[in-house]
Amino acid sequence: MIEKADQIFVLLLHWLVGFLPMAWQHVASVVICVAVIVAVYPALFAVAVLMERKGLGRMQNRYGPNRVGPFGVLQPVADGIKSLTKEDIVPRNADAVVHFISPLVLVVAVFMGLAVLPMGRNMVLVEMDASLLFFFAMGASTELSVFMAGWSSRNKYSLLGAMRAVAQMISYEVPLLLSTVGVVMITGSLSLVDIVNAQTRYSWGLAHWNVFKPWGLAGFVMFVIASMAETNRSPFDLPEGESEIIAGYFTEYSGFKFALFFLGEYVGMFGIAGLGTTLFLGGWSSPLAALSWVPSWIWFFAKVELWICFFIWVRGTLPRLRQDQLMNFAWKFLLPMTLVNLLVAAEWRFVEGVWMRWIVGMAIVAGAYVLMGRVGMRRERLGPRSYRYAE
Amino acid sequence: MLGEGILKGLAETAKNFAGSYVSKERLTTVQYPEERVAPIEATRDFPFLVYDGEDAFAGLRCVSCQICEKECPPKCIYIEKSKDKKPDYVGKPQNYPVRFDIDISVCMSCQICVEVCPFEAIKMDTVFELATDDRFGGLLLDREKLSKSNEYYHTIHPTEATEVDARLAEEKAKVEAKAKAAAEAAAAKAAAAPPAEPAVKPEAPKPTGGAE
Amino acid sequence: MSIVFVVLAVLTLAGAMAAVTLRNLVHCALALAVAFAGLALLFLQLDAQFVGFTQILVYVGAVAILVVFAILLTRGADDGKAGTVFSRTWLAGLGIAAAVFAVLGWAVLRSVKGLAQAAGAPAVTVEDIGQALMSRYVLPLEIVALLLTAALVGAVIVAMYEKEDAR
Repeated sequence: MIEKADQIFVLLLHWLVGFLPMAWQHVASVVICVAVIVAVYPALFAVAVLMERKGLGRMQNRYGPNRVGPFGVLQPVADGIKSLTKEDIVPRNADAVVHFISPLVLVVAVFMGLAVLPMGRNMVLVEMDASLLFFFAMGASTELSVFMAGWSSRNKYSLLGAMRAVAQMISYEVPLLLSTVGVVMITGSLSLVDIVNAQTRYSWGLAHWNVFKPWGLAGFVMFVIASMAETNRSPFDLPEGESEIIAGYFTEYSGFKFALFFLGEYVGMFGIAGLGTTLFLGGWSSPLAALSWVPSWIWFFAKVELWICFFIWVRGTLPRLRQDQLMNFAWKFLLPMTLVNLLVAAEWRFVEGVWMRWIVGMAIVAGAYVLMGRVGMRRERLGPRSYRYAE
Repeated sequence: MLGEGILKGLAETAKNFAGSYVSKERLTTVQYPEERVAPIEATRDFPFLVYDGEDAFAGLRCVSCQICEKECPPKCIYIEKSKDKKPDYVGKPQNYPVRFDIDISVCMSCQICVEVCPFEAIKMDTVFELATDDRFGGLLLDREKLSKSNEYYHTIHPTEATEVDARLAEEKAKVEAKAKAAAEAAAAKAAAAPPAEPAVKPEAPKPTGGAE
Repeated sequence: MSIVFVVLAVLTLAGAMAAVTLRNLVHCALALAVAFAGLALLFLQLDAQFVGFTQILVYVGAVAILVVFAILLTRGADDGKAGTVFSRTWLAGLGIAAAVFAVLGWAVLRSVKGLAQAAGAPAVTVEDIGQALMSRYVLPLEIVALLLTAALVGAVIVAMYEKEDAR
């Protein structure tokens, strides 16, 4: 019975596909899976948007939207209708083809990244040997779409926002990848399914999640920070700073294209939260052996929702980082910390003795954190200013 | 230590979030239009004309002196003075406004008209829900719409209204005292002078001396 | 010569041709990104997963961005009135291109003849690549790492020079 609840979607898929002739079954199952993903994630996006607005409201001592439907639950519907019926304005000087393509590239890249996440036991769309690398490759493609959006608008502010966004995304991609290399080292495989399976072992009732190890904890924290920067999420949302350069690289987009950008950003958030869950929080496994009767897909989506709640919490708390503060943080603090994290992962593998490796690992992580905090984040002393006049 | 401030900030926001469900001070929203915040006494929105008693026309304090029309900065008051007079609160015959229009789409609530009115006739109201979909006349208030009773004035600005009433009563008392004194003086004069005096006009010495 | 290969090859070639013939420089850079993506798809079609994804990650995600940044920070996105795309020395260019193609073709044909008939190419896992990099190809790996470090240090020095200059 528990097995059935856990595998209910897989069984449903097999039953549906069983109606078709043998030759068509593989294609049909892929098509059905893709259709389900494309239907479920935008629904989750609507829920996340509502949760964000109400959550931010409560954190700011106010109600969120509460007029459209009871407790405002129909607000995403109203937003959707507004986006679809707004006039689609393309500036006359804008590069029409590139202007049209960039939201498409963003949405396609983001949805492709979702294809390799294991959302439950036996519930991954494509099982590949190098699926982690595929996810990061798709993440890298989103940067290109951001740049295309900013450039095609022929708007100085959009271009500025796009260049800032791309610089930020590139800088934070390095800590993002490096913080996951520790996980890959210890697990020994780039396949996300293998990584999740390696974390579903239990000892003393507690799961072997990667976040419960010293290199995993440090890697998790850095992954969270870098993922917030990758998806242009506050406090790293200078490129789309609502109060500064209006909307940055998507200033000139209105109506459905803007909705596509918004969708792409939030589904990208879901994707990277899903990846973080898979790598550090054990994917679809339950934390305690006693709770493993809860279906695996419920665990996965619950953890992803927890990530999203954390993102919203941080958005409501922190002010926006300035561009130079952002870049300093990435290159002078996060990058050295990720390299130290690699060192800790290596010592975890090679140091003998269960307690010894814990102590050494935690000591290195804590020491490096305090040291880097003092050294890397020191504010530069400004001397007397000198001026250079324009000719 | 690096990150300490962030953790403190996160704790504060979490307190706000959780507290907004239980305590009122962490959720200070007033859900307009179902709930309203009680206005303080010094609230002012648009002017209105005060009348004493029951009849809006008979008790209207405004004597159409047109000072407020001249002092209004955006010139949103339009007054037409009457040709005849009616008695005011002390009984003296005064003019009255045949038309008194205020365009509240122009009025900027500066209260200058209230400050310069010598007759305590125009005061500031607290009503602001005057939105209308009649583009051409909906925001032009005429004399009927502007006239509101003194009791209403007491309800919206109690201390001000009692002060004004005190002042007006004082004025009225002074006028009455003067009238009584004048009446007494006249009566005394009539009593002191010889009673059956022929009604001869007292001859004022005509200044013709020397001109004959 | 399957249909998939033909489609991908046409895509790559179209991207590459667009990259050299379009007027607007940024359009050229984007067409170049399309060509890179086409190459990556060709790798994937040959079951070389690691190389394919790394191609996307590195070329589309970093090199294309680098090219675009270089264009924007130097020439600016002014209108592509950069003269005709066919230069005056097109004959010499054609000769050089033909020579390069001949050398590459000769190298490819020689290597293909040497291999046995690949009946179902063995799936090369990432682990195999890692093992090969660390044992057989460790010297090229270290040299490439040295090269990248040198490039990074050089970039930092050049940027620092500019900052010193601006002071």
